[in-house]
This record gives sequence, C-alpha cells and structure tokens, in this order.
Amino acid sequence: MAQNILFYLAAVMAVATTSMVVITRNAVYAVLYLIMSLFAVALVFLSLNAPFLALVEIIVYAGAIMVLFLFVVMMLNLQGQRGDEATKRPTRRQMIVPGALALLLLILIVVSLSAGTPAATNAALSDPKLLGELLFTKHYLGVKLSGIILLIGTIGGLHIGRGGSIPSTMEKPIDDVTH
Amino acid sequence: MGPIGLQHYLVLGAILFVLGVIGIVSRKNAVGILISIELMLNAANINLIAFSRYSNKPIFPTTMPEAAYMDGQVFAIFVIILAACEAAVALAIILNLFNMFGTIEVDDADTMRG
Repeated sequence: MAQNILFYLAAVMAVATTSMVVITRNAVYAVLYLIMSLFAVALVFLSLNAPFLALVEIIVYAGAIMVLFLFVVMMLNLQGQRGDEATKRPTRRQMIVPGALALLLLILIVVSLSAGTPAATNAALSDPKLLGELLFTKHYLGVKLSGIILLIGTIGGLHIGRGGSIPSTMEKPIDDVTH
Repeated sequence: MGPIGLQHYLVLGAILFVLGVIGIVSRKNAVGILISIELMLNAANINLIAFSRYSNKPIFPTTMPEAAYMDGQVFAIFVIILAACEAAVALAIILNLFNMFGTIEVDDADTMRG
C-alpha cells in the first residue's frame, strides 16, 4: 500500500511538472520545473526499490547537470534584462506554491527512506553494495567505456567551448538576400 | 487501486517520453530542445529500472545470483553518465552558436541551408 501511495503521488507530480517544462516559455522556469520533475522521478525510483539510483538522480542530474543548464541559460540572458526581478525579494504569495511542492517532496523522500523500501520480491534488490559489485565485475567493460566517454566529453566540451577560433565575419548572422 | 505492476511504470515512462518528444518538436530554443532530450532519457531510465525490478530471471548467468536482477539499474547509471557528457558538449555547442549568431533560436541558425 505504501508503494501504491508513493508511486501515484510521484507519478502525478512527475507528469505535472514535466508538462510545465514543455508548456512554459521561460527557459529559467523550464529548468526549475525540470529539477522538480527529476525529484519526482527519483521518488519513482524509490518506489521501484532503487534507492541508490534515486540519490544519484538527485545528486548528479538535479545537482550537477541542471546547475550547468541554469548557468548557461542565465549567462546567455535569454529573457532580456531582468535585473530588478532577480534582486527583488520574492513576496510571500510567490513563495507558497514552490514552498509547498518542495516541502511535499522533502516529506516524501524522508518518509520513504526512513520507512525502508517497500516490500521487495528480492531483498537484494535494494542493496547498493551489490549494485557496485555487479558494476565492477560483470559490467566492467561498460565502466571503462564510460570513463573514455567522460574523457572525450571533457576534451570535446573544452575544445568546442573554448572560443576565439570563430572568424570575425561569422559573428553576425549573415543576411540572406535570396529569401 | 490494485497492486502496482510493470505496466504502471511503462505507462508513466511512455507519458514522460511523449512529453519530451512534444517539447523537441514544439520548441525553437536550443536549450529547450536539450531539456526535452533530458526528459526522454529520464523516461528511458524509468523503463530500465522498472524492467530490472519486475524481471523474474536473469538474462545472463552470473556468479552472483542475488545481483542478477540489477542489470537494469547498471544500465540506468550508464544512461546518466551519457546524459552528463551529452549535456556538457551540447551546452558548449550552444554557447558557440550564441557567439556566432547572437541567438540560440535554431531557426535563425540557417547558414547551411541550401
């Protein structure tokens, strides 16, 4: 029963926040809703007896990748000048919905982590130690390939994002007189 | 409400995946498209972990019988690693796009159009 409640709450929240990611036009709001959606998906992982994956989802996805997104969105300043809005303190009315959502997520995560994972068909399913053993024995080739891919990603990101190699003629969009 | 079965998770994954597809086709903002790709990767993760939870027998025999049911979780970890890499490289490309065109609307970057 606990798994039922957890799953339905998390699923409804995931679908709702993901819809908001697609609907909203503001890129900053989209990223923030995506963080909410990732938390909800982490709860779905918890209901699937995968606590390690749930925490990786929160730490790596919501913590690292989404901050990278937010950094780029804010650096590009896509919404025009919004300086006053960024420095203004939010009013109490603006705090209600995000505060309530965050509180609900916190309560759900704490409750489901402290109550133990719901009835498992196999007790070993939720053991992070076994997951690590499996990862570094049977799927060791995948670990090596992941390392290579991360290295390639780092070098590629550095090379592409380095800047300075762009010809000056390309800095402005080329006016296409033919259309 | 009956017990939660595999199909519940598959339906949730399908809904999130379709929302990601809608985001990709409806957005013209490069960052928005990247966000939608992340949504789709997440939906795939839900499917992988759900299959690993509800699978009855291991696909490959292993020396650790109790860990044989966790293959899906390992694949989900790999998907998250790939998503991290992809996000870093794609954001670098978007920064370059912004430097070249002064915008990240994908419709404005049409220099290569025939």
